[in-house]
Amino acid sequence: MIRFALGKLAEAAIAIWGVVTIVFFVSRVLGDPAVLLLPIGASDAELQALRSSLGLDQPILLQYFTSLGAMLRGDFGMSFQHMRPALDVVLERMPATASLSASALVLGVLIGAIAGTIAALNRGKLAELIVMTAALLGQATPVFWLGLMMILFFSVQLGWLPSSGSGTLLHLVLPAVTLAVFVSASIARLLRSSLLDILGEDYVRTARAKGLLPQTIFTWHVARNALIPVVTMIGIIAGELLGGSVVTETVFAWPGIGRLIVQAIQNQDFPVIQAGVAVVATIFVFINLAIDLLYGVLDPRIRRQR
Amino acid sequence: MTAFFTALAKSRTGLVGFILLAFFVLVAIFAPWLGLPSPIRGDLTARLAPPTWTSLFSPGAHPLGTDEVGRDILSRILYGSRLTLTIAATAVILGGIVGTFLGIVAGFYGGIVDRILMRLVDIQLALPLMLLALLVVAALGPSFSNLVIVLALTSWIRYARIIRGQVLALREREFVQSAHAIGASTMRIMLRHILPNVLTPALVVATLELARIIIMDAALSFLGLGIQPPNPSWGRMLADGRVYISTAWWIVTFPGVTILLTVLSVNLLGDWLRDYFDPKLRTTR
Repeated sequence: MIRFALGKLAEAAIAIWGVVTIVFFVSRVLGDPAVLLLPIGASDAELQALRSSLGLDQPILLQYFTSLGAMLRGDFGMSFQHMRPALDVVLERMPATASLSASALVLGVLIGAIAGTIAALNRGKLAELIVMTAALLGQATPVFWLGLMMILFFSVQLGWLPSSGSGTLLHLVLPAVTLAVFVSASIARLLRSSLLDILGEDYVRTARAKGLLPQTIFTWHVARNALIPVVTMIGIIAGELLGGSVVTETVFAWPGIGRLIVQAIQNQDFPVIQAGVAVVATIFVFINLAIDLLYGVLDPRIRRQR
Repeated sequence: MTAFFTALAKSRTGLVGFILLAFFVLVAIFAPWLGLPSPIRGDLTARLAPPTWTSLFSPGAHPLGTDEVGRDILSRILYGSRLTLTIAATAVILGGIVGTFLGIVAGFYGGIVDRILMRLVDIQLALPLMLLALLVVAALGPSFSNLVIVLALTSWIRYARIIRGQVLALREREFVQSAHAIGASTMRIMLRHILPNVLTPALVVATLELARIIIMDAALSFLGLGIQPPNPSWGRMLADGRVYISTAWWIVTFPGVTILLTVLSVNLLGDWLRDYFDPKLRTTR
């Protein structure tokens, strides 16, 4: 188990290094930040002076190794726009993104799990049809458009909830529900099919033949095994949530990392883009690391692979 | 082929998806001949006109209303679908070719090639695809070809992973082993014996990817990084309509409904294709 865990940890480290490298090279193509920082009409000499003070005139590989070393120490440079360390700017936004993603994930998994179970236990009945139709629609709906429709209905028409901003718990409701719809649709579809697979297994028939109560069979033989693919799915969904939060945060003006990155791209604020993407990717890598390890505990066969 | 269509006709959901998608594609192709108002030049006397229907069978001049400069929403949606569907289809094909090729190479050669390619896949999977797409479009600029490249870039990994798994199993099969034994070249084995056997899983992945790419394309243009105005794009229409959400609900409603129906039709068809060809692929998503 320790070898397995160390292997996974090494993989995670390589993944983070790869991401930081991609981000560095892509964001250096974006444009010349020196041009943006100076007022229009600045002289070439001023431009050169700013470039060298930012280190932008050095060979790209040298810049890469310098910034790679700095990034490992958590130093992503000063935000061009905010004139403060980029990592600070990003980490400030962390609570907003974390609370939004976490509430969407909890809400989505809860609704998805209940709906998926109802669908699987009511095979061929109306309940299954309703759940599955809703899930199909939920998966086909673009998150940002759903957000707009929520605003149109609950803020503009009914006036119940604020359409944008943050601060109170009421502000969290619309963005969290919007993101949760997508999560619950995927979870419901996956859990249903994984429950159906397991309900057809021999050991479930054996448990029935032994005369165990249906509740006992469901809790101890079916649900536990059906949850394994769902745990994996949560890793994938965490990525979708972090990506989806970019558009959702933009729709609802939610002050999280996603919106910050979009604004940084518009302002060509490299240090913030790098810090933001690196932070998001690191969170994502660690979530998946945790899931891999959990998986290794749940299912001993996986530890021995490779 | 006949068996395929008989099976399709028998499945309710697959058939609905197929007909809907065929309808959207045909309408996109024939949009210029449908007698629609210009999607780019607006009628300033009819700004923010609501959808007008005198009865169910006689729509008014603007069946889905107009936007803030009097452009017909229906016309913009249909012309927008031409670009969106072309971008998405090209990206799916490009990503499919690259991903299938790399998946075959990784699975067939194994060893160091396989390990490098799969590590590359892992690294890319560690970066949420939406962020990667945002980053690259912002760097390269939002042109047609750049969008295709970016969307294909987010897509190749899905093919590569699944195809690699298939090839690992195929490699040990007797017909491949015997091709080796009679001295067939590696190239010949990959092209004549492996490739035909991974085309169906590739097709299934392609359908599911098409749906994902349509949504991602719309999201990028919603953030202002898609096809640029004055060309109509669904995501951009939604972004522009946000300002008028309290007075003109139709601007933000209909483009979204179109995205939903398009993605739904592709998903329905894709789910059916997957179950038809290989139910075991179900866990791949």
